[in-house]
Amino acid sequence: MNKFGKIILLLNIFLLISCGGKQEEKKEQITIGKKNTSVQKESAKPKAATKTPASKRVDLESKGVGPVTSLELPAEIDQSMVAKGQDIFKKMCMACHKPNKRFIGPAPTGILKRRSPEWVMNMILNPSEMVEKDPLAKELLIEFNGSPMANQSLTEEDARAVLEYFRTL
Amino acid sequence: MKKLLNLFFYLIATALLVTSCANTDSKSERSGALNSSAAEKVYVAPGEHDEFYAFISGGFSGQLSVYGLPSGRLFKVIPVFSQDPEKAWGYNEETKPMLNTSHGFIPWDDAHHPDISQTAGEIDGRYVFINANNTPRIAKIDLSTFETTEIIELPNSAGNHSSSFVTENSEYVVAGTRFSVPVPQQDISIKEYKGNFKGALSFISVAPEDGRMDLEFQILMPGFNYDLSHPGRGKSHGWFFFTTYNTEEASTLMEVNSSQNDKDFIAAVNWKKAEEYIKAGKYRTVPANYAHNVYDEHTHTATSTMKKEVKILDPAECPGLVYFLPTPKSPHGCDVDPSGEYIVGNGKLSANLTVHSFTKMMSAIENNKIDGEAYGIPILKFEDVLAGIVEQPGLGPLHTEFDGKGNAYTTFFISSEVVKWKLDTWEVIDRKPTYYSVGHIMIPGGNSAKPFGKYALAMNKITKDRYLPTGPEVTQSAQLYDITGEKMELLLDFPTIGEPHYAAGCPADLIKPRSKKIFKLEENQHKYAAKSEADTKVVREGNEVHIYMTMIRSHFSPDNIEGIKVGDKVYFHVTNLEQDYDVPHGVSMIGANTSELLIMPGQTETFVWYPKQVGVWPFYCTDFCSALHQEMQGYVRVSPKDSDIALSWSLGED
Repeated sequence: MNKFGKIILLLNIFLLISCGGKQEEKKEQITIGKKNTSVQKESAKPKAATKTPASKRVDLESKGVGPVTSLELPAEIDQSMVAKGQDIFKKMCMACHKPNKRFIGPAPTGILKRRSPEWVMNMILNPSEMVEKDPLAKELLIEFNGSPMANQSLTEEDARAVLEYFRTL
Repeated sequence: MKKLLNLFFYLIATALLVTSCANTDSKSERSGALNSSAAEKVYVAPGEHDEFYAFISGGFSGQLSVYGLPSGRLFKVIPVFSQDPEKAWGYNEETKPMLNTSHGFIPWDDAHHPDISQTAGEIDGRYVFINANNTPRIAKIDLSTFETTEIIELPNSAGNHSSSFVTENSEYVVAGTRFSVPVPQQDISIKEYKGNFKGALSFISVAPEDGRMDLEFQILMPGFNYDLSHPGRGKSHGWFFFTTYNTEEASTLMEVNSSQNDKDFIAAVNWKKAEEYIKAGKYRTVPANYAHNVYDEHTHTATSTMKKEVKILDPAECPGLVYFLPTPKSPHGCDVDPSGEYIVGNGKLSANLTVHSFTKMMSAIENNKIDGEAYGIPILKFEDVLAGIVEQPGLGPLHTEFDGKGNAYTTFFISSEVVKWKLDTWEVIDRKPTYYSVGHIMIPGGNSAKPFGKYALAMNKITKDRYLPTGPEVTQSAQLYDITGEKMELLLDFPTIGEPHYAAGCPADLIKPRSKKIFKLEENQHKYAAKSEADTKVVREGNEVHIYMTMIRSHFSPDNIEGIKVGDKVYFHVTNLEQDYDVPHGVSMIGANTSELLIMPGQTETFVWYPKQVGVWPFYCTDFCSALHQEMQGYVRVSPKDSDIALSWSLGED
């Protein structure tokens, strides 16, 4: 009898605690179920989000982590390499990247204004280590919903051609 | 009342203490210094690799299992003769032809004896061959992909048991029929067995460059049961040895009637001679009907071809082709030592083990010491070919393997033990119990000139009290022995799939470096492959709809499809665009009367779906592929048969 009472008491305490959490109703409202009319209002964004997202940030110093440690781009763009790179991009990358708009991953347009050529090459050739060790790549993974950049087993030569194609975007 | 209760508690507590004490006692007895070293010997630390692969037959599961030794860890079950919904084997359109036979599509078989391909008498780790016992077939598994890539059916055979053993340079995979049957098949009384039933020994060539199999010829033997076989090697290369039982040619109450003769035979077949007879045209070409199924790694698709004839050699008309070596009491295993000199006949109803000498056999043949004949096949004299006898080593000998150091290891089914004995002196060195009723034994490289004599793996039929009970059916198991010392040491028990008949073992280093990691997209020649998202489409041909779909972490393209109608036959041709190791995707469709597909990087597979109900029906990825795996899904809208909704497909908003 005594034991039973204790158990009941414990249960009650537990219930009390778990109820407590619910009492603070959130004031910000999430609206689901209204047919695609309302767009998120800018004003609704929390103040804390002042940091520029990784995809917009510029870092031309970092070379990333991977096989490519230094890469000098010649001034002239090699058009035959561009054609090859575009073909490879279509076959191996387009499933997740559109040239001009965000898709599963970011668009490569203007990438060389934001990243070093080495960084881009390493992201293509060594994505799993990049998202593990490179701070920018890590943030990008989170920014793009945790969708991992697939390693499409490109050769360094192929990746270089893709990079040349990126120079034209 | 309370006192009574207290007393009860005390009693229980005491009982618990006592039993726990007893447990510690028995444990300390078992886990002495020896046992802890046994644990060390089989311990493969997390992240480390085993030293050997063991390919253990899945028996009546029809498959081949891949274990690591010494850990006993199961890595993979390779589907061979039975449908496997996990891997869509025999369910997807690509692999259905692999299970085609002259009897139509067969979803199951009984897989028995794996054997690894050889070069110059040593195992080379390229292929494993395994036989289907029930509907006679030989399968080839490619050890770069661990997939079954070829299956050939055997005509004129039944109970394909003395198979599938390879010759020294993988010239042939050899298969002998256990049951003799009328050849060609005909409607006769079973009572007319004697003289009318025949046993076929099949020689399947293996092309050196790509391993392609072809049934070169069959030797049509008397109507005995051909139980097991092994190739000659070294000095006996060019010969093949088969055990026989039922030389009585009984057809009923076999357990009595086929155990009458004091001696049955080991048939010694000179296959080099057979090649000469074939070359000389001394064969008959007879009509046959058997399936030859080949899986193409580039089209990711199998084709099945029906073959219509086979070359037959009649040993009565081909002198020197076959000799019979009398061997006591229904010999089962037929094992040849690494030098090729000794042929062990494991007479399962005999008290002794019989070992024949190849050298003595050759000299008896040269000196024409013939003791009689059976259906035109000369019988040599027992004493003239006998090398030695292992006296009363145990009860019910079945199989023998060798360690390459002059020792042989024979399993004894009835007395449940492995017995180590010495070649040349025939003395018993050691015996260790098995738990229980051991069948085959395997030493990696055991069927070759160069065994790796470190471990022996015994495969048991019965385990009764060895594991936690699981209802009336309990697992079969394998037991690992350390055979590096004078005495064998039992190291490990582990459960197996199906009933393990034989296994083939191989140093991991022979296979590991060649193991394929992905299929290259650019080499994908599948008829319905979509090699990039630009290639995705949906095509209607009458009521057949072909969806060319791609998958990559973590979406399908297209993932919204409309314009499908009730009564359509919808083909999902799905290509995995990934080009990275260990990133398969799966796909399944609600209500599809088939299995999922499990598609490797760069591969295309197809399943068929018959939409029967109007509505919007989802499909999804079945193999957890990334953090967004749960989002990897799509919808198909199914409209009424007479609807005029146009076919459309999309991914994302544009």
